[in-house]
Amino acid sequence: MPFVLSLFRLTLLAKFVCYAIVALGIDLIWGYTGILSLGHAVFFGLGAYIVAMHLKLASLGTVLPAFMKTGGLDALPVFLEPLRSGPAALILAILVPVVLAFLLGFMTFRNRIKGVYFSILSQALAWAFVTIFIGMQAYTGGSNGITGFADYFGMSLTAPLDMVKLYYLAVAVLALAYIGSTWLISRDLGKILIAIRDGENRTNFTGYDASRYKTFIFCISAALAALAGAPYVPFAGIISPKELDIAFSVEMVIWVAVGGRGTLIGAVLGAFLVSILKTGVSETMPGAWLYFVGLLFVLVVLCLPKGIVGGVEGLRTHFRRCLSGAARAQADS
Amino acid sequence: MNSDALLSLRHISVEFDGFKAINDVTTDVAPNTIHFFIGPNGAGKTTLLDVICGKTRPSAGDVTCDGVGSLLKLKEYEIVKKGICRKFQTPSTFVNLSVYDNMRISLNRDKSVFGSILARKRYMDTKKIHEVLHLVGLDEKSKERAKSLSHGEKQWLEIAMLLVQEPKLLLLDEPVAGMGGRETEKTANILESIKDRCAVAVVEHDMEFMKSIADSVTVMHEGAVLVEGSATDVMKNEKVQEVYLGRGEANA
Amino acid sequence: MDALTILFNGISLSSILLLAALGLAITFGLMGIINMAHGEFIMVGAYTTYVVQKALGSVLGDAYFFVSIVLAFLVAALFGVALEVLVIRRLYGRATDSLLATWGVSLILQQLARSIFGAPNVNVVAPAFLGGSLELLGVTMSYKRLFILLLVGAALALVLAILYKTEFGRRMRACIQNREMAACLGIRTKRIDCMTFALGSGLAGVAGCALTLLGSIGPTLGTSYIVDTFMVVVLGGVGKLIGTIAGAVLIGVAGTVLEWVATASIAKAAVLFLVVLFLQKKPQGLFALRTRALD
Repeated sequence: MPFVLSLFRLTLLAKFVCYAIVALGIDLIWGYTGILSLGHAVFFGLGAYIVAMHLKLASLGTVLPAFMKTGGLDALPVFLEPLRSGPAALILAILVPVVLAFLLGFMTFRNRIKGVYFSILSQALAWAFVTIFIGMQAYTGGSNGITGFADYFGMSLTAPLDMVKLYYLAVAVLALAYIGSTWLISRDLGKILIAIRDGENRTNFTGYDASRYKTFIFCISAALAALAGAPYVPFAGIISPKELDIAFSVEMVIWVAVGGRGTLIGAVLGAFLVSILKTGVSETMPGAWLYFVGLLFVLVVLCLPKGIVGGVEGLRTHFRRCLSGAARAQADS
Repeated sequence: MNSDALLSLRHISVEFDGFKAINDVTTDVAPNTIHFFIGPNGAGKTTLLDVICGKTRPSAGDVTCDGVGSLLKLKEYEIVKKGICRKFQTPSTFVNLSVYDNMRISLNRDKSVFGSILARKRYMDTKKIHEVLHLVGLDEKSKERAKSLSHGEKQWLEIAMLLVQEPKLLLLDEPVAGMGGRETEKTANILESIKDRCAVAVVEHDMEFMKSIADSVTVMHEGAVLVEGSATDVMKNEKVQEVYLGRGEANA
Repeated sequence: MDALTILFNGISLSSILLLAALGLAITFGLMGIINMAHGEFIMVGAYTTYVVQKALGSVLGDAYFFVSIVLAFLVAALFGVALEVLVIRRLYGRATDSLLATWGVSLILQQLARSIFGAPNVNVVAPAFLGGSLELLGVTMSYKRLFILLLVGAALALVLAILYKTEFGRRMRACIQNREMAACLGIRTKRIDCMTFALGSGLAGVAGCALTLLGSIGPTLGTSYIVDTFMVVVLGGVGKLIGTIAGAVLIGVAGTVLEWVATASIAKAAVLFLVVLFLQKKPQGLFALRTRALD
């Protein structure tokens, strides 16, 4: 596939692959456990920012990035020093979002904040985060974000062959994430998550500490988002507060809603489908996308609450019932 | 009070925004008995169960369990691990899981996050699940989703989910509400047959049901204990008749 | 800046938050509906004011503003009715789903504004009589901000009067407390729901009208308020109007004070962090309703 695509299309497709990884995480926390987070873009964006910062520092050598100089810094802040090292940056890109998710999850779930209240809190925190990221221009590049990196861990971002390699890397990460999520869900854990979604109190009275399960799956979900953020950087070429935004967080949720919540394949499918649609609509009718996605939200929730996968399954059981009904009618007569 | 009680409630009071739902209740549940809590609406029966299982914290008093000590400091899931399991009034099974999976996650074993990831399917577990399902007559429906069960079947599944945890004490809130005659009878049989495994505390309105299986009865009225004794004693008691008939509930 | 000025600025910010949150206190706080398009109803009210000023400003002079308050209420209420009938009514009991659907509606409304009025912000010329400011105890209070304070007081009085002094309010409270019983008593609950939602949406429109006094307005006007307004209602305690007032005052004053010691963005973020931390201690907000319900 990558060889018949132009480089532009390839980077686009690679971005969608990254989105699909995020969608897996959203599905685990929302589709399976029933917790709607409106701040997942923060985890994704944070992972991407950390990697981007490393690339920026690595490409400049000892020179300070321009936004730091204009921000009034004359030396690299100590807390950004570890990002000079590639492996450290990659580890931190996953670790920092997971720790953040743990702190938020641990506090809110233990205190029984749930349902829409959790959604509203996560939204508020995401909003606060974006505000800080834009405000602290000297450290984050402000609303312009971080851009202008030449290579990605030794691979050139202008050489088509290297980009194809990176694309396959992203696909490999997606495959691993998919297999890992499938395995996790196939264990008893998967059933307990569904149990929490169906009746959290009942789960507590069955002897499970639901808040620990919720915190755990929230961290896994954040890790998946961060894992997607890291390979996303070379394809996007720029990381800005848009990648942290609530609007992006909600877009992630709509991927899963369209594909089918509660099925991992639905999440992946939805991420690709919605993103392809978005590209198609924005290219042919710029400006119409917001109408389109807005309507998509409303229609999916109203008419197809289980998404495409759920809808297809519903049709299948319907047909099977019709067929067996017809067979029985024939046998009777 | 007898010292060999499984569960002891001492001077329990519960307040909701100034309203005293329970006022200084003291009672015991003995092991391997079926103990009924009856009384008119608003007598505080369900609230008493809430206190035992940790859903509501009393404003005064203490709940102790034989071999465990006070339950008041424990969280809901910790109380469950100590062997006190509760069934709520409305059937609350996990509707999107199969009957078997409902039972499986109820099993008494390591319930930590990593335990649930690493747990293997063991032959003994499956055998136990089917044994308990057989007891409540659901072993043929083990693959069906809990969603598709009838009201009575959901109630039995929920009792089975509690039994498979091998509890010391089972708390049942109106287990036969909404059941027909034959279903009620079957529930009575189930409860009779589990008596040798654990004690059962039942909150109920159905007098016939109570008469048929109760070993001891606590009658509650307006948040306090009115009378305690055997089913026949209690039903002969004048105060009890007055409370029930006086409130226009002549079903006794 | 002296303490009195900070206090006035804080109260002024609180009044703006309260005006924006008052509608939400009804739709979210009392009815339990998550309407992510609430911010866009504010925007609708603001653009209504803009249109009224363009169309009638030359005829009516400064009196246009009073016309636009009424019209902003009506137009936003109309949008509210449409949203309730087309979307929210069908998602009763599915809170997170209604959150997503109304988010979709908010995107549509933003784009609609962009298509009609263009992406850049527009300015509404404030009435001349609100131009000056009042000096009191060394504090400069602009008439615009004082007017908004008055408007909040009036809106609050109106809501309380409707809730507690009218037949409609009585039915509304009946529906909120026990929908089935209200229906049994012959109250047309669906219609009451719709009208209650319209009232909340209309109040958002009034808020939008007031916001035109403070600066230019654009299609994304609502998004900057939606987070704050939800936090006001949650902090105050869902279901209590008095809580919403307290929540608005706290967030407004805290924001102004923090802004005095730190940068604007840090102050904004810090307030949100503080509110989230506070809710960890008291998840049900300042004025909690303690009930016996399981969830």
